[in-house]
Amino acid sequence: MACVHSSFVIRHFFAKGVRMKRYAFNVRRFWAVVIKEFIQMRRDRMTFAMMIGIPLIQLTLFGYAINSNPKHLPTAVYAADNSQFSRTIVWALRNSSYFDITREARSEDEIKTMLAEGKVQFAVTVPVDFSRKLLRGEKPDLLLEADATDPAAVGFAMSAINQLALTVVNRDLTGPLAKLRAGPAPFTITTHQHYNPENISQYNIVPGLMAVILTMTMVMFTGLAITRERESGTMENLLSTPVHPGEVIMGKIVPYIMVGYIQVLLILVAAKFLFSVPIVGSVPLLLVLALLFIVAHLAVGITFSTLAQNQRQAMQMGMFFFLPNILLSGYMFPFRGMPGWAQDIGECLPLTHFLRIVRGILLKGNGLTECAPDLWPIALFLVVMLTIGIKRYRQTLD
Amino acid sequence: MSASDFAIDVRGVTKRFGTRTVVNNIDMQVRPGEIYGFLGPNGSGKTTFLRMLCGLLTPDGGSGQCLGLDFRKDSATIKKRVGYMTQKFSFYEDLSIQENLDFIARLYEIPGRKAAVEKSLERLGMVERRSQLAGSLSGGWKQRLALAACLIHEPQLLLLDEPTAGVDPKARRDFWDELHRLAAGGLTVLITTHYMDEASRCHRLAYIAYGNLLARGTVDEVVKAGGLTTWEVFGENLPALEDKIRGLPGVEQVVAFGTTIHVSGRDAEKLRASIAPFMTNAHHWTKIEAGLEDVFISLMDTAKDNFAQ
Repeated sequence: MACVHSSFVIRHFFAKGVRMKRYAFNVRRFWAVVIKEFIQMRRDRMTFAMMIGIPLIQLTLFGYAINSNPKHLPTAVYAADNSQFSRTIVWALRNSSYFDITREARSEDEIKTMLAEGKVQFAVTVPVDFSRKLLRGEKPDLLLEADATDPAAVGFAMSAINQLALTVVNRDLTGPLAKLRAGPAPFTITTHQHYNPENISQYNIVPGLMAVILTMTMVMFTGLAITRERESGTMENLLSTPVHPGEVIMGKIVPYIMVGYIQVLLILVAAKFLFSVPIVGSVPLLLVLALLFIVAHLAVGITFSTLAQNQRQAMQMGMFFFLPNILLSGYMFPFRGMPGWAQDIGECLPLTHFLRIVRGILLKGNGLTECAPDLWPIALFLVVMLTIGIKRYRQTLD
Repeated sequence: MSASDFAIDVRGVTKRFGTRTVVNNIDMQVRPGEIYGFLGPNGSGKTTFLRMLCGLLTPDGGSGQCLGLDFRKDSATIKKRVGYMTQKFSFYEDLSIQENLDFIARLYEIPGRKAAVEKSLERLGMVERRSQLAGSLSGGWKQRLALAACLIHEPQLLLLDEPTAGVDPKARRDFWDELHRLAAGGLTVLITTHYMDEASRCHRLAYIAYGNLLARGTVDEVVKAGGLTTWEVFGENLPALEDKIRGLPGVEQVVAFGTTIHVSGRDAEKLRASIAPFMTNAHHWTKIEAGLEDVFISLMDTAKDNFAQ
């Protein structure tokens, strides 16, 4: 189905071309290129490694290693006031999943050193007169110091401790002390999260990885496919045969569609069985919509390879394309957190839209209707890229 | 013979890269079934000319026919009837011999493709090696594969760009025998080469330097047109003699060959006057026919004088 549709697109372009009128798209020649690419793919161990290796490595790194809601952070406690309240606070910290009390300090200086040396992420100081002031209703300070070098690492924990200290202390203020229970805190942190109430990063990251991996590998595959022919001199030979640009381009796209699907399936299996990501929506729908996204990026690769002089340049262009994709698509950072201009750039990238589609289908159970607003930008992108690619493809060596 | 009887009949072919004229106003007529040698120093425009003939480069000027088709407008049709063998091996090194042939056969949409590939493997003696990767073949075998692939669609014209560079003498001889067999069957061959022995196996020659055609015709005609007088010298202490006569008026080339030296010049009288004092008993001088190589080097020097900028 895919290639029939695409060949129609190609023919449509050529019908408008000037030189191309003479001979139409030939399915047999196109098929010759497809077969050749398949054989070469099979022999090229590097491509094979990329096909399987990139998803595996990224799954391991992003799925297991990278966590946007880190827990069990090393924490030091300096309890200058050895009272019931401070013991309760330390006990509560120990019980929370965010803080691991790894050290107990005996002075303020010691705390400072531990933080400076990075031995702990957090340090909690219970001041000398903490319980006395608390009982007098003077609202004493409980000092939480954080190594905020990486703000993302401490954000969740910081908000957690606010809640924690309040509720824990309140529990100890019973009987006549009940009147001392702190009123509403000067700030409140309301967390109300849908779809991933436990804040499990993998639920968000693993489906996103599918889109990111496709963006990266698809562009590379076709980007290298044409520049490799030019670099090894086989392009001269290919151009001297009757083969048509559309046949070469489509012939190079089709085998990699299959590679794209292998990756999609690999990640879906990993999502389900390794990361237990809840798959709420329709997998067949996702597979159908993925085709558009895969072909769009293969077309980007083709366009790059017509612009690049050699494989190295095509590789660089791929990296250059990958960077805004990973930063501005909402994969790494929340899309709504970006300034307007960055969101505008993000909206032009197919990855942004496909991320919404994948997360929408897998996590929210979205159907075609909900996906439609993100489908047409990808389709538009594909048409633009294919047009540039075919227009730029030289039929001579001039 | 009328114009349309030529396999290649082009006039005023010109190609410029930027301000540099690489092929300058070249005329060429090649008869069907002829092996036409195309000679000239590196960078003289031979490859560019071949590429224009098979539609790989767009000419900036010129007109004419290739296989009865307008070589500037009908390049799509010409491609189907021409076999072009590039200077550098340009088949897929990660495909086997058979896979390469099969790919090319598919691109040309050859009817009875499998049989054609089989025939091609047999004719070139590659049946046992069919599944060997092209990248692992030696230079001679790569060249045979390239020729087989160029011939698989039974072209009417073969364009060969230095096909025998880096190939051993035996393989070269076999290659030329094959070319002569093909030409006898009616195939027209335009071949570029740097080897003089190969030049002399061509039916006719053209010599190009700095984009300009300097000489053409049969080997004898080219040698005659070169107007070179050559003396062969035997005798004692030839290196000393060489030093003495080199640079004398009329002495244009002094070339050592093992036990002899060749002394040549275009102005026969001046040359004779210069060498006369050395015609002693110590050395034996004979006037011989100029060699093709001497003629070409002489042509190139002349061209350098005429076209140097």
